[in-house]
Amino acid sequence: MKHLLGVEDLSREEMERVLERAESFAEVGRRDIKKVPTLRGRTVVNLFYESSTRTLSSFELASKRLSADVVSVKSAGSSVDKGESLKDTVATLSAYDPAAIVIRSPRAGAARLVAGWTEASVINAGDGKHEHPTQALLDVFTLRQRTDSLEGLDIWIVGDVLHSRVARSCLLAFQKMGAKVTLCGPPTLIPRGIEGLGCRVSYDLDDLAEADVVYALRMQRERMSESFVPSLREYASRYQIDSRRLGPRQLLMHPGPVNRGVELAPEVIDSPQSLITAQVESGLVVRMAILYELLAGTDRSRPDRGPSPADTPTIGQPA
Amino acid sequence: MAKQATLCMRPGPPASLIVRGARVFDPRLDLDAHRDLVVRDGEIAELAEPGAAAEFEGAEMVDGERLMALPAFVDPHVHFRVPGQEHKEDLETGTRSAAAGGYCAVIAMANTEPPIDSAAVLGSVRDRAEREASIPVGFVANVTRGMGGAELTEMAELADSGAIGFSDDGQPIADARVLRRALQYQRLAHRLIALHEEDPDLSSGGVMHEGLVSAALGMAGVPSVSESTMIARDCSLAVFEDTRIHIQHLSARASVEEVSRAKAAGVRITCEVTPHHLTLTDEAVRSLDARFKMNPPLRSEDDRQALIEGLRDGTIDCVATDHAPHAVEEKEVPFEEAAWGVTGLETAFAALHTELVLPGVLPLETLVERMTCGGEPFGIEAPRLEMGAPANVTLIDPELAWTVGEEGYESRSYNNCFGGRDLTGRVLMTVAGGQVAFRQRSFALGVAS
Repeated sequence: MKHLLGVEDLSREEMERVLERAESFAEVGRRDIKKVPTLRGRTVVNLFYESSTRTLSSFELASKRLSADVVSVKSAGSSVDKGESLKDTVATLSAYDPAAIVIRSPRAGAARLVAGWTEASVINAGDGKHEHPTQALLDVFTLRQRTDSLEGLDIWIVGDVLHSRVARSCLLAFQKMGAKVTLCGPPTLIPRGIEGLGCRVSYDLDDLAEADVVYALRMQRERMSESFVPSLREYASRYQIDSRRLGPRQLLMHPGPVNRGVELAPEVIDSPQSLITAQVESGLVVRMAILYELLAGTDRSRPDRGPSPADTPTIGQPA
Repeated sequence: MAKQATLCMRPGPPASLIVRGARVFDPRLDLDAHRDLVVRDGEIAELAEPGAAAEFEGAEMVDGERLMALPAFVDPHVHFRVPGQEHKEDLETGTRSAAAGGYCAVIAMANTEPPIDSAAVLGSVRDRAEREASIPVGFVANVTRGMGGAELTEMAELADSGAIGFSDDGQPIADARVLRRALQYQRLAHRLIALHEEDPDLSSGGVMHEGLVSAALGMAGVPSVSESTMIARDCSLAVFEDTRIHIQHLSARASVEEVSRAKAAGVRITCEVTPHHLTLTDEAVRSLDARFKMNPPLRSEDDRQALIEGLRDGTIDCVATDHAPHAVEEKEVPFEEAAWGVTGLETAFAALHTELVLPGVLPLETLVERMTCGGEPFGIEAPRLEMGAPANVTLIDPELAWTVGEEGYESRSYNNCFGGRDLTGRVLMTVAGGQVAFRQRSFALGVAS
């Protein structure tokens, strides 16, 4: 694996390898000294065109735990705000010879474009409403810690599927791991034709009891003004996951940040069935595993970088 | 030719050449025979038995064996970006690109900077065409001022100043009342209105066809009903005002069905389809390559089949490229940010010949008819390969296989959606308006002494 651009490109075997690697990093995380020297002397650039708390911080920490040098560039206050194109920004950052560029962009396909412009490995940390593969991998990892296998599991993804890159990546990842996925939400927020991806679609929660896992999505307030749903109140009355709807044997997930009282009732967020905090913990070790899989063992120096220090004559050395 | 005066081109020496033994193919004349095609002083002078045409001084000799001589093509829909966006295309590069694709006349759209919404701007582009265009170019003017969709342009004066028709192409005329007024005004301006059909409320924010692929990519879709509902509306307006309309770049099955219904009901309506909508689908967008971004978007396979069927049965009148050049930096960006449009003049025949004619989907005569009649709604007759007619001829090697390059176009831009494809059939030479407008560089010519 050179890049991680989307779950779409991943085989089940590649996913398994990342998940196993993440297990071993979970052990490292329980030690007193949580740092390993794997990526010492190598650079990871985080290029974030959208605000992010958990993804950016967990990539920063994951890189540091692997002893890499980290630079994070955010769009606010950078040359991006001065009209520099993505291509030129990538060329500039590539001059630092990074081992990896982690990119989040509001545009679908941004990570794939960047991969064509740099020697570095590219990790998609969210491209528009398209994919968010590291989120999907950490969700699979979190679930496997609870259930061992996703084979045959019934997973419902509930909410604003239309605007969710998490929904798309999770759908693909859960299916690749053998789960059966149902997408549920208001008809205005389920993309036309999505059944073509092999999932089931439901417009109500009537059969939610079938689910082994309920994965709720964030409902953004601006959707009201675009008349996707008439009101948060009506949305919550139809689709909110609360203790009445969530059965005792069902697991609850959410990619965060949660709108308390909208897609989730407060009592289920803090319930024992909730994996929401575990998801954040998994984010760190899974992102360490991804960096490791892409970077460890690859050639650390770029070709034609000029003479290495050993070849450079120094004063006083015989010619 | 009616309204010949509305076409502009650079004056030059009239062509004189003898094409020996080519397959001369003109379905309108029921002509399909090997002939010596003689062009003298810019006119078709003779169609002699192979080897029978007498040489004359100054005539270029062309070995026509293995070549087809077709009436050259007419494109009712190109963007030549003059004035204001000459970094994408100008009249010289645009007409050279058209000639390289076998075209002898084109109609240029008016969504320029500034748009062609006044007689002054129209006069300036026509003057430039008289100096720079290597094939005849007709210019439409805008229907509304500044393409704002609110106030009509001075259509009568624009018509008198040489506008070949009217269009706000690039933008729909969303306000039905404004379009109705424009259609009423045709009784004075006497020029056809060509319509870009898109309900901007339905298409708002969309960047590709709404369907499985947009669902998978998470990109906002342009539903096919954004086009078909506007066609239905405008057919009703055309009937009510008893006027003709021309529908640009059909993309969806529902649109073909609307046009078919309207034609059956006697609405005076003509329409066009592009080579890319006939050969590609939204599956191409999975690559997220901005070369596949155009408006209307590439739609589903079912839509594509309906377009092919419509072209075959005559519901769709003609092929138009919607040649829309853009600079590299406008396409080397994420798909959602990229400029809309693809170039297509230089690949139109080869793409359709390869994808539709060779597999037996569309007869060659239908393709030639639909590629040559695009000017008719605007009063430009289709060229004919008959004695005494002005020479509008394209010479094609129908078996020449070539790979469409990423670069190497006559156009100033190379945002072509067929880049990298292997196509069969290539234009080697084009005579337009009686002048030699294009010769493939590798195509050697002899000169009679």
